[in-house]
Amino acid sequence: MIMAKPKPIEEIIQEIKDFDKVLVAGCNGCVAVCEAGGLKEVEILASALRMYFANQQKKMEVGEVSLTRQCDKEYLAEIKDRIGDYDAVVSIACGAGVQFMTEMYNTMRIFPGVNTCFIGVTDEKGVWSERCQACGACILASTGGICPVARCSKRLLNGPCGGSSNGKCEIDKEVPCGWQLIYERLKELGELKRFEQPTPPKDWLTSRDGGPRKMTKEESRL
Amino acid sequence: MRLTYPSNIRIVKLPCTGRVAVIHLMRALEKGADGVFVAGCMEGDCKYQLGNIRARKRVEYVRQLLATIGLEPDRVAMYNLSSGEGPRFAEICREMTEKVRKLGPNPIRVKGERKEKAA
Repeated sequence: MIMAKPKPIEEIIQEIKDFDKVLVAGCNGCVAVCEAGGLKEVEILASALRMYFANQQKKMEVGEVSLTRQCDKEYLAEIKDRIGDYDAVVSIACGAGVQFMTEMYNTMRIFPGVNTCFIGVTDEKGVWSERCQACGACILASTGGICPVARCSKRLLNGPCGGSSNGKCEIDKEVPCGWQLIYERLKELGELKRFEQPTPPKDWLTSRDGGPRKMTKEESRL
Repeated sequence: MRLTYPSNIRIVKLPCTGRVAVIHLMRALEKGADGVFVAGCMEGDCKYQLGNIRARKRVEYVRQLLATIGLEPDRVAMYNLSSGEGPRFAEICREMTEKVRKLGPNPIRVKGERKEKAA
């Protein structure tokens, strides 16, 4: 899922300090799982903002809402009747949610309340790590289910590099070398032959090199 | 034991301090409490193993959050004591009351418009 991290509250305050009525809008999708933008975080952020502005003796009304998802129009439409009561919105959904809300309510100022970080997994409660960079052309089949694009710091398609030491990456002794993981996995599978043929250059057009991406599933369209 | 402790303390009973969420502490302050302390079991003695450890982390989080919004972190505290320590509880109540009294009234209640809702 998409991982996000709350922005420092000072940064959010700076953005909204000149408004009088602000809606804090959460998303109960990915960002709720990584405890950055769900219902609980909406309540905490709204409460903190109310206390800050009350302490500053500034009149500020802070509303709360948490939508099922902010990346679907149907759910964003749930606030169409009340969004007009506010001067601005702090969306604590991922960057996609913030932008989609801006597109749908284009007369409203929408500010991001989180920093969207990566596509990843929950290692344990409170710990999340990256697994996918959405490159658009998955090569996991040839790398034993471990992605060199996301797990190798250099995104090497033929690794490991000289910076791999005792299974760790040179960037940090705590970061496993992606290619070491791939090597061990392929060894377990008896597929080390894969290393005899170098991987050809990857077509990055399906990744960000091809500009903003869009996809269509014709049979799903109405 | 006929112990006395400051009468301004309002006790909210919970089955375990592990139930204390960040928002509970925030709401208490937002609605006008001058301070909040969480009284949990001794560390290592939690019936549910980690309830009090989790509560401590949440208390610490709220303290940091208060500092970022310009409120005194000392308005929120975590104490650990066993249920048999009545005198210690009374002592903590006095200690917390004194600490909060020195900080003064909750500025939210004093300055904000939420005064009427605080009661």
